[in-house]
Amino acid sequence: MANTYTAIATVTVDGSAPASIEFTSIPATYTDLCVLLSARGARAAVSTIAIINFNSSTSNLSHRRLLGNGSAASSDNNATVLAFNFNGSTGTSATFGNATIYVPNYASSNAKSVSIDAVTENNATSAQVQLLAGLWNDTSAITSLKITAVAGDLVTTSTLDQYSTATLYGIKNS
Amino acid sequence: MPTKLIVDCSTGVTTEVELTAEEVAQREADAVAFAEIKAAEEAAAQAKADAKASAEAKLAALGLTADEIAALN
Repeated sequence: MANTYTAIATVTVDGSAPASIEFTSIPATYTDLCVLLSARGARAAVSTIAIINFNSSTSNLSHRRLLGNGSAASSDNNATVLAFNFNGSTGTSATFGNATIYVPNYASSNAKSVSIDAVTENNATSAQVQLLAGLWNDTSAITSLKITAVAGDLVTTSTLDQYSTATLYGIKNS
Repeated sequence: MPTKLIVDCSTGVTTEVELTAEEVAQREADAVAFAEIKAAEEAAAQAKADAKASAEAKLAALGLTADEIAALN
């Protein structure tokens, strides 16, 4: 990784099975932010869903996504949430989905674009690779970033498994 | 009550707190919204696939070969 990346904070889930991981008090001293996520969720499916929120805002979020699942390619969009898939509980045991979440110009007074490159890991044909173009249409500087596990009809039991890890990096050009 | 891990980047301290009622409600609303939109998209994609298969079957009934039908795609 380029030496322009500075690890701001890392969190690893212990045995507590939280629903969310949230980075708060993010300093405004970098140009871009990047989160590297390794996660597995409790939903009884090959994949489950992570939703991203900034500054605790739940509005003005959207994304477009390209998706490959081992047999077909597809695309979708969502005008309500910024979301991607990661590993659920029925994929190969002890495998975790991975995602790179990149937010350029996070402290600017313009709308915030978000790029996400994510995969679900599974030793079978049913696995997914995703590329997302996301948007938080808000002019506020980003000071917090939250990743929440949600899962359709299993909302209240959707949590992050032990050893799920997220690291927030700040990026400067010098 | 679901919890969340909060990492304060100014101190490096991680704490675990319960989600507020508002956060729980929003989380459920987000999940429902995403699932509903996803289901609608999948239904639309299935309808499109069904229409394509129907059209190809009608073309085949007219005597077009599989290669000729594929050439129209």
